[in-house]
Amino acid sequence: MPEYDVVIVGAGPAGSMTAKWAAKSGAKVLMIEKRQEIGSPVRCGEGVSRSWLDSVGIKLDAKSVAWQVKGAKIIAPNGTAFRLSEKMAGNEVGLVLDRVFFDKLLARDAVKAGADLVLKTSAIGLLKSGNKVTGVKVKSFGETKDIKCGCVVGADGYESQVGRWADINTSLAPRDITSCFQYRLTNIQIDYDYCEFILGAKAPGGYIWIFPKNQDTANVGLGIQLTKLKDPAEVKKYLDKYIQSDPRLKKGKALEMVSGAVSICAPIDKTIGDGILLVGDSARQIDPITGGGIANSCKAAKVAGEVLGKATKERDFSERSLQRYEKGWRDILENGLYRNWMAKEKLVTLSDDTLNKVIATLNEVGVEKMSAYAILKAIEKKHPDLVKDFQEFL
Amino acid sequence: MAKNELDEFEVDITRCMHCGACVGSCPVNAIYLNEVVLEFNDNCNMCKRCIKVCPVGAIKLAGGR
Repeated sequence: MPEYDVVIVGAGPAGSMTAKWAAKSGAKVLMIEKRQEIGSPVRCGEGVSRSWLDSVGIKLDAKSVAWQVKGAKIIAPNGTAFRLSEKMAGNEVGLVLDRVFFDKLLARDAVKAGADLVLKTSAIGLLKSGNKVTGVKVKSFGETKDIKCGCVVGADGYESQVGRWADINTSLAPRDITSCFQYRLTNIQIDYDYCEFILGAKAPGGYIWIFPKNQDTANVGLGIQLTKLKDPAEVKKYLDKYIQSDPRLKKGKALEMVSGAVSICAPIDKTIGDGILLVGDSARQIDPITGGGIANSCKAAKVAGEVLGKATKERDFSERSLQRYEKGWRDILENGLYRNWMAKEKLVTLSDDTLNKVIATLNEVGVEKMSAYAILKAIEKKHPDLVKDFQEFL
Repeated sequence: MAKNELDEFEVDITRCMHCGACVGSCPVNAIYLNEVVLEFNDNCNMCKRCIKVCPVGAIKLAGGR
């Protein structure tokens, strides 16, 4: 008799939200986390919007929110800013979280809903019977154990092993990978009412972000598309160079360093198998334009948890049963992910000169919503030549 | 997974941020992040994507090649 209905590998937002909704829906859930502390070290720019929180049942506490902004500035290579109010700015603007607290809040919600949680416990392999996943092998505080369960959930982030062990293809093409580096920079003079996104050759195939954490401190980071990197350690060098060139940041000192990679790919073909499902970054559910993953992860995780609850009641964790998750998350996210991936493929080809014209045009014509489509449509009205490469997209 | 199963790479532990960028980017699952230690195995096909993707330049070919 399996000890648990569901074992979730990874206690980030995707894992905790899956755990919460699965437990609420009647599943016996264990969540394991390899680190000794949930939410730390942070590996995130921490910018999110408010719009999706209610829909997945997250009630933020004061500590989880580091700062609130009025909107976003999209900054052209020549320094011209296009301002967007919070309402128009999309998924990554409104709040700057404190992930150290936010992740713990979500883990607490999962535990309150009835999930078990253990730290310092790494998954080191899957238990299988034929192609069917029947549990997970873990190393828990020095001891190796087998844990049988109905379904293993891979919520193990960008570097996911669970999916690979289950032979789910999560591999990425170099053009679908962004390498990132970030400082929490203090002693800086920024417009702390706005999150900034700085475009152009300063961050090839990506962007520089400045997300305020308080009046004189911000997460300042950048991502560069892997295909645009040549030498080792270039990502950090690009950021150091930018900081030195920006008089507002020049005197800043780092309180924290963060590195990592994010996927900027089209939706992958499959995120389930017999006794296995993937959610969040491990399922490559990150927005390919912004690199933001929290909102998408939590939306998919709610679907995953509810489907796992149903599967528990039916005692059926087969691929066919889990197909409801595959369909459910795609109904919510797939079109957007695919559209943004196509837009990203085009955006990374634009020269600084073109980006300058695009931002200038946006300032002339305005835009109702911060979506790739809305922006391109707005530009098309005034300068169809600028968007002629995007015709298929429009 | 045995540690240092592959002698082709050196990891500069004074630079490595244990972020897993190399692990997730590896096309053949030849790298495992054991808490804070990167372990390479013989799935490696020497594509060197890990060297390129590392944001801080912590991975090098062994012997400074």
